[in-house]
Amino acid sequence: MAKTPVQFRLNGTDKAVFVDGGENLLNALRRGVGDMSAKFGCGQGTCGTCTVLIDGEPQLACLTLAETCAGRAIETALGLADGPSLHPLQAAFMEHFAAQCGFCTSGMLMAAKALLDRNPSPTREDVAEAISGNICRCTGYEPIINAILDAASKRGGQASGGQGHARV
Amino acid sequence: MTVEVKTFGSMNEAAAALASNRAARFFSGGTLLMRAINEGDTTIATLVRASDPAYRQIRSEGARITIGAGVRMVDILANRDLAFLHPVARVVGGPAVRTMATVGGNLFAPSPYGDLAAALLALDATVMVQGAYGGAQQMPLEQFLSGRDRAGSGGLVSSVSVPRPASPDALRFRKVTRVRPKGVSVLSIAAHLPVTGGRIAGARVAYGAMAPTPIRARAVERALEGRSLDAAGIAPALAAAAEGTSPATDALASAWYRREVVAIHLRRLLLGEGG
Repeated sequence: MAKTPVQFRLNGTDKAVFVDGGENLLNALRRGVGDMSAKFGCGQGTCGTCTVLIDGEPQLACLTLAETCAGRAIETALGLADGPSLHPLQAAFMEHFAAQCGFCTSGMLMAAKALLDRNPSPTREDVAEAISGNICRCTGYEPIINAILDAASKRGGQASGGQGHARV
Repeated sequence: MTVEVKTFGSMNEAAAALASNRAARFFSGGTLLMRAINEGDTTIATLVRASDPAYRQIRSEGARITIGAGVRMVDILANRDLAFLHPVARVVGGPAVRTMATVGGNLFAPSPYGDLAAALLALDATVMVQGAYGGAQQMPLEQFLSGRDRAGSGGLVSSVSVPRPASPDALRFRKVTRVRPKGVSVLSIAAHLPVTGGRIAGARVAYGAMAPTPIRARAVERALEGRSLDAAGIAPALAAAAEGTSPATDALASAWYRREVVAIHLRRLLLGEGG
């Protein structure tokens, strides 16, 4: 069967890839584009390790039909760091030992980014809810929650006098 | 194995494409169908999609609200007219599922999934089914669900319509899970309990995960009629809580357990107790 060309933006760069009918976005990213940051865990939408942002919304790449991503903006964990500078979330994950085996980490980071993009000063409950679709079998979640809260407070601190503190 | 993806501009055309091909399935949010494809389900040869804007619209029309079958859980959560459904939409999957999962798809979710469908049952929702040859048929959700798993039932769900409840908290809902904040249902219960002069009149109670599809708890509804919402008033309803149910045994709970605990959760829902 013929392959279908799909074009989308990946972490700010235009990409074009040929996909098979019924191919999921995760496959298109890993095999088509070579972005290995999103992982294949369960293929069922249960584990969350393939979480990417599509037009700013967290979605599961393994359950997304690649063809439906034409013209859309996709963000993966590969696009988080700015050259040698880690994203505040990545730095916080490192400081708080929020990654052990690391398999859930890229999904956790993207779920956390989706949260902070919408809600820069989340409560602990907000964070737990935001990563509730992401399974981690190593950390017991507490270091991850702490890292996300820390990243949020540091981001708020950087925007001192701005939105971070203006919010009541 | 590859499948063919076909997108149509109208629900009519999509319904026709679906009817003309036994190996075609309608693709909505993908949270059910992509699972099957990822597992190598070879019975699916074609995915039919609809780009019809009405498929994703929420329309308030007087006393009723019509929700396009392609409306996602996050779309419900962003809509004030649907505030009565927010507590339900909020507990469907995790955040990355709620940006994908749709109202129409939830009607097809096998037990123990389908919490939203249970809530829609308690709201006395109707389903609009687009036929293959142009006609559309409206039917009660209960009737739709009872025929859902029959092979060749045909048609395409284009929207769901619910009467606007008197207040956003008129729908009571409880999802029982083993893990929080996100977990799959041991069971879920939704209830719409209009009270007139201290007495319940026209109760509608629905269960998720207590049968192969969400069901109305008819025995409970009958036992609540004319009663007051207090411990004594609801006692007959609790005694009838498991009547008419046929839950499954799965990784989350046994059928025995589900039947055993349903009355406890029904009591908590009816009396507004925590836990």
